[in-house]
Amino acid sequence: MLLTISTTHSPATDLGYLLGKHPDRFQTFELSFGRSQVFYPEATTDCCTAALLLEVDPVKLVRGQGTSLSQYVNDRPYVASSFLSVAIAKVFRSALSGQCKDQPKLATLTMPLCAKLAVLPCRGGVDFLERLFEPLGYTVTATPHVLDEHFPEWGDSAYFSVELEAITTVQALLSHLYVLIPVLDEDKHYWVGEDEVEKLLRHGEGWLNDHPEKAQITQRYLKRQKSLSQSALAQLGGEETAELAAAELAIEKPISLNQVRHETIVATLKKYQAKRSIDLGCGEGKLVALLAKDNFFEQIGGMDVSYRSIEYARARLDRIFLSAAQQQRIQLFQGSLTYRDRRLADYDAATLVEVIEHLDESRLAALARVVFEFARPKLVLITTPNSEYNIKFENLPTGKFRHHDHRFEWTRLEFQTWAADICQRFNYTVSFTDIGSVDPDVGAPTQMAIFEESNK
Amino acid sequence: MKMIIPELSLVTLIGASGSGKSTFARTHFLPTEIISSDVCRGLVSDDETNQAATQDAFDLLHYIGGKRLNRGQLTVIDATNTQPADRKHLIQLAREHHCLPIAIVLNLPEDVCLDRNKARADRQFGEHVVKRHVQNVRRSLKGLQKEGFRQVYILNSLAQIAAVEIERQPLWNNKKHEHGPFDIIGDVHGCCDELETLLTTLGYQLKEQTYVHPAGRKAVFLGDLVDRGDRILDTLNLVQNMVTAESALCVPGNHDYKLLRQLKGQKVTINHGLDKTLAELEALDETERQSLQSFLTGLVSHYILDDGRLVVAHAGLKQAYQGRGSGKVRDFALYGETTGEIDEFGLPVRHNWASEYRGDAMVVYGHTPVPEPVWLNGTIDIDTGCVFGGKLTALRYPERELVSVPAQKVYCEPVKPLVSAPSLTLQQQDDDVLDISDVTGKRRISTKLQPNITIRAENAVAALEVMSRFAADPKWLIYLPPTMSPVETSQASGYLEHPAEAFAYYRKQGISQVICEEKHMGSRAVVIVCKSPEAAQRRFGITDGRFGICYTRTGRPFFDNLQLEVEFLDRIRATLTEFWDELNTDWVCLDCELMPWSVKAQQLLRQQYAPVGRAGQVGLDAAVALLEQAKLRGVDVPLTHYQDRSQLVQKYTDAYRRYCWQVASISDLKLAPFHILATEGAVHTDKSHPWHLAQIAKFAKFAPDLILTTAHHLVDPSNPESVATGIDWWLSLTAKGSEGMVVKPLEFIPAHRSTQPAVKCRGQEYLRIIYGAEYTLTENLDRLRQRGLSGKRSLALREFALGIESLDRFVAQEPLRRVHECTFGVLALESEPIDPRL
Repeated sequence: MLLTISTTHSPATDLGYLLGKHPDRFQTFELSFGRSQVFYPEATTDCCTAALLLEVDPVKLVRGQGTSLSQYVNDRPYVASSFLSVAIAKVFRSALSGQCKDQPKLATLTMPLCAKLAVLPCRGGVDFLERLFEPLGYTVTATPHVLDEHFPEWGDSAYFSVELEAITTVQALLSHLYVLIPVLDEDKHYWVGEDEVEKLLRHGEGWLNDHPEKAQITQRYLKRQKSLSQSALAQLGGEETAELAAAELAIEKPISLNQVRHETIVATLKKYQAKRSIDLGCGEGKLVALLAKDNFFEQIGGMDVSYRSIEYARARLDRIFLSAAQQQRIQLFQGSLTYRDRRLADYDAATLVEVIEHLDESRLAALARVVFEFARPKLVLITTPNSEYNIKFENLPTGKFRHHDHRFEWTRLEFQTWAADICQRFNYTVSFTDIGSVDPDVGAPTQMAIFEESNK
Repeated sequence: MKMIIPELSLVTLIGASGSGKSTFARTHFLPTEIISSDVCRGLVSDDETNQAATQDAFDLLHYIGGKRLNRGQLTVIDATNTQPADRKHLIQLAREHHCLPIAIVLNLPEDVCLDRNKARADRQFGEHVVKRHVQNVRRSLKGLQKEGFRQVYILNSLAQIAAVEIERQPLWNNKKHEHGPFDIIGDVHGCCDELETLLTTLGYQLKEQTYVHPAGRKAVFLGDLVDRGDRILDTLNLVQNMVTAESALCVPGNHDYKLLRQLKGQKVTINHGLDKTLAELEALDETERQSLQSFLTGLVSHYILDDGRLVVAHAGLKQAYQGRGSGKVRDFALYGETTGEIDEFGLPVRHNWASEYRGDAMVVYGHTPVPEPVWLNGTIDIDTGCVFGGKLTALRYPERELVSVPAQKVYCEPVKPLVSAPSLTLQQQDDDVLDISDVTGKRRISTKLQPNITIRAENAVAALEVMSRFAADPKWLIYLPPTMSPVETSQASGYLEHPAEAFAYYRKQGISQVICEEKHMGSRAVVIVCKSPEAAQRRFGITDGRFGICYTRTGRPFFDNLQLEVEFLDRIRATLTEFWDELNTDWVCLDCELMPWSVKAQQLLRQQYAPVGRAGQVGLDAAVALLEQAKLRGVDVPLTHYQDRSQLVQKYTDAYRRYCWQVASISDLKLAPFHILATEGAVHTDKSHPWHLAQIAKFAKFAPDLILTTAHHLVDPSNPESVATGIDWWLSLTAKGSEGMVVKPLEFIPAHRSTQPAVKCRGQEYLRIIYGAEYTLTENLDRLRQRGLSGKRSLALREFALGIESLDRFVAQEPLRRVHECTFGVLALESEPIDPRL
């Protein structure tokens, strides 16, 4: 990975003093993850360029027992990332802290500077790159790179060769790079803890507080750890900013469709007096937690095929305050809707909220038998997206599903046809309900089927 | 006194404190067979005399007793057991486990007990306790039989106690020492004509009025010899003669048992054809009637045969009842289990015990007429309703062949018509949905190649998610390919893997010839093709009209697009016209590689491989340009090092590009099959690899644009010249950009269980996309050589064993859950953390 800093300040070779590295030497500094090398491709009084060339040891990169190939074949040795920030802090330590041993006056001098990053990953695109650097007075030039010219259909990579030009001090330039490179890369090669907040505040001194992207920078720099970014924001701009950020989050989440679905489910379960209910495909247990807080329900089950989800659900239930008696009503377990399972037999109702569309259509026959034949609760509630409504989502390209793991999305007719067949085969009756705001042409975003065991 | 007790029984000692129960128990039973209430008191409270711990102690005693009886171990209860209430629990315990409760009473005089207790330092309870014990024992003596003890032995003196000898007797139903071979015959119901024909067909010969098999085979009659048919007495005589001559065994059916009760003078309803039996019986004199009655009395309700591998009973027998003796067990064997409901024909609805059957023993039974005998979870009903105009069927054991003789006429109209077989077999219907308890938790799978493969619960957890979310219908998943270990790490300069290591490995393993097969760089694919949708239904139970599938190494359907899959499979099927007849099959399962890699690895390429190449190229080229500038200025820079690195990244990009091409239509796909895994009735692991390649070449020629043959080369690993040709072969392959090769012993299954069935030797360039672009730099390579293969190799052997086992089980028509257990196991093992670069 490569960073160059050029100046046309006169004499340009002052850059050598500023960085504390002699223009005629190739110098190497050992680092824990490899080595950094400093040299000058050009060093005249008109123009001087210092290059920081970092060699990351790819074998050392792997810590512990790697279980995925991406730990072995990755872009880390080649792109500007937190490794580069560490190298800057190490190799240009005094310049970064605004000192210049040989010519102290130079340190505070603004001059035309140009930084070039050969390969900078910009998660968030050029637009975000500009929003980061332009407020700091830089002229930004970014050259995109295709993934592979042999396969143009694969599109562009996330990498840019970036030039940043400004009249500023070397210290300011290095500080900006130190903070903003990992922000663009959205990754850190080391564990982010409390001391990272301190580093951010130190290197952001004098510019971060007034930066319009302050919140984004803080969050990304601290790897989106909420408590850390709140603490950093609070220290940056007082309580007010922290609350502001929280308020923003809240606006992003109006009363969600999911919440409406869950409320409808709870109301329906109560209407049918289903005191023992199991959520099949409970995910991280939002609905289970909702039922758990309601003493109407006497027995509450939650099953998901993902063991991790079940663990999250357990943690969620631990967080909400439940009495021992309330706790005892809950059973959470890993299970699958394509295998017969005796544990499902003891409930009045089963709910499948946005679940069936995550199964291949060819596996629905097994699901139907597991739920309607073997478990056979009196009441089954199934919700699934209404694909007719998809045209109402502006961000959803035509023909795409709402979620990448959806195997199908049904129109109202398709869902109703499937449900009717279920009723016929397993002796249930069904009615349908809309969930979410109803459009006269395309219906509601979510459709729900209410199956009742028939006594005929 | 000699006591003959059944080998599986619950022996309850009864006697006052000090009557010598513990000594008696130690004299006649193994220490582990004895559960003492005192010891249990000690276990729960550290004090064997702690009366306050009695409740907990007895809970423990019952728990241990239950566990032992459940496992079929004789158990002795050493406690005073002087009160009926104490004994009631034990009788209940014996009943729950369907074994016989036996009482042995040590009825000694009070003074003997008192004296003994005085001599024991830790038994200083009052005399009144012992006195009460002795009284209670005396009072109990009469009622013990009535309480439910099947045998009661009362010992009234020290001399009697000293004279006891105990002999253990096998249960009547235990005929494990009989190994057959057997011909098991279904319900005869007086159809003696058909029976005689059947016996003759089976090779039995009539000698002195008795059918005997010259090869010593034994007939096993499944009961219901009587009622409904025309020659009931003849049937009874024939069977009785054979049993007497020891050329047959016979278990009773419910009809035979009802006849016995009638003969004994009990009141029974004369229906269901009993009238015909009684009419024939009128011809018998008293002696003959007695003989018949004693024959029927002597019939044992079920038999365990052939070391426990075979169980026969009239109405079948669930696992928990096998080898047990109780009224419940006998009732099950005679009548089966009913749900309590009555069907539209007025017949009791039978509980389908066979559907839940998970035992290892084969269960052969009759009782319920079926149009065709069908296997279900290792059980089979062979009552094919001869008397109703069906046929009389025998099952040859261990051959598992069915032999039938059609009924000469309808002797009796069935109440319920014998419906012809539905489109799916009983087993296929049962297999439609698998049960989660057959896959989750810690499991041990026993395979032909590796006796015990453990699947850890946490790995099953991972497999359940993958199987449920991504895999195809389990009915198709008859095989998942095993992982393969690379060769030992090479020390040759510039190489991490080199074929010399593969040949050295097999030379050490004593393999005389190996085959090198080119490794196609695509994605592993298992392809199943059936001759027709009907064949798919018959053999795989698939009813949606599909005639095949192509799935990945994790069981995921290869194609999202059904249309494309059908087209693809159809093209393969078109090449198999001659194949079907040649291998006498209507389906085939092929192990293949499907190219290009980019079809399935699109995401990996776009998110990982291509970005790394691009970033490396841009970054290093920029560095080289600047270093050149600096060099011109006279600075001493490591220019060549960076030029080299830049070249390595270029090579890396070249490497992955080779395996990518655009797929616009089916004609851009290439399939390279390399194993013909299985066809009807055969798993082809008994054929050598050249056979597989030759068979594949035969049909590949019909679609050379779609089906690729696999280049290969034979090497004798102990011949240096031959080894040199193998190395050259690999060098020229990899120089052309091939991924590398796989080296295997010529035989599919190596002679030694610990020999790897195959090792891969990957090309220098290919490894760049595994170990990183710059892995060949000396400083990197030296460190990368520190890789351990033992974990990978052990995994490869276990997965190989599971893969073959699943095919074996499928071909042997075992229940799907037994096949699924293995494929699920492979998936579970794949979740073990292993260096993904190997």
